[in-house]
Amino acid sequence: MEPSILFYLLSAMSVISALFVVFSRSPIYSVLSLIVCFFTIAGHYIMLNAQFLAIIHIIVYAGAIMVLMLFTVMLLNLNEDVSVHKFNITKLIAVITGGLLFLVILASVKSSTLLTYQAPPNLNIGNAQDIGMKLFTDYLLPFEISSVLFVSAMISAVLLAKKEVK
Amino acid sequence: MNPITNPESTTNWYLFLSCLLFSIGVMGVLFRRNALIILMCIELMLNAVNLLLVSYSAYAGNTDGQTFVFFIMVVAAAEVAVGLALMVSIYRNIGSIDIQSLNKLKW
Repeated sequence: MEPSILFYLLSAMSVISALFVVFSRSPIYSVLSLIVCFFTIAGHYIMLNAQFLAIIHIIVYAGAIMVLMLFTVMLLNLNEDVSVHKFNITKLIAVITGGLLFLVILASVKSSTLLTYQAPPNLNIGNAQDIGMKLFTDYLLPFEISSVLFVSAMISAVLLAKKEVK
Repeated sequence: MNPITNPESTTNWYLFLSCLLFSIGVMGVLFRRNALIILMCIELMLNAVNLLLVSYSAYAGNTDGQTFVFFIMVVAAAEVAVGLALMVSIYRNIGSIDIQSLNKLKW
């Protein structure tokens, strides 16, 4: 069965914006196209019936991480690209390596087929109640450890970014 | 069943899309010399893996994959906070975040 037209639209937008992230000259345009890419991935999540995860994805990525990245770009005054974009052999090798990696992954997943297993249709997964039940019963210990990870990340970010006291 | 949310029809296409996004991320890490854009390409790779986990979660019909995506988002947020603090610190010491100027540890 063919995927819907919405899938093609979202996929084309995410791939094109991901290519813009890599190839655009100014870091500001890279950050903005990465935001577009994250919104299209959130659209894919909604199409895959994971509504709670789509909202969390928009809040965390487009709301927190990309604002942090934009502030860093503006704080470090990286808006004009200081490095000259000359074509050298390293970039050619990088493009060839990326393409070859894509071919290798695709060839390895081509041999496996997914059609043997028919999942029972369950439209109830992916809402907040289901994920909350999972998080607070089966994954309670990783949930608590992730808060420790956040505290350590916050302390290390403050320590790394503050000016040294002479 | 709604053809948009029908899980088992489009999983192969999501597999294709995730491989493509991951390869674009790897190519960006190898291609660019700005350390900030390398960090953003790492985010792109993490999101490709997240998309694949969500598509398999919808395919298999349980929530465990979506919970894994939740924890990957947690780790990605912590990683970005520490990584951007490192960028600010490097910029304050060296004056640029071009990775060509960070070759003190090169053999």
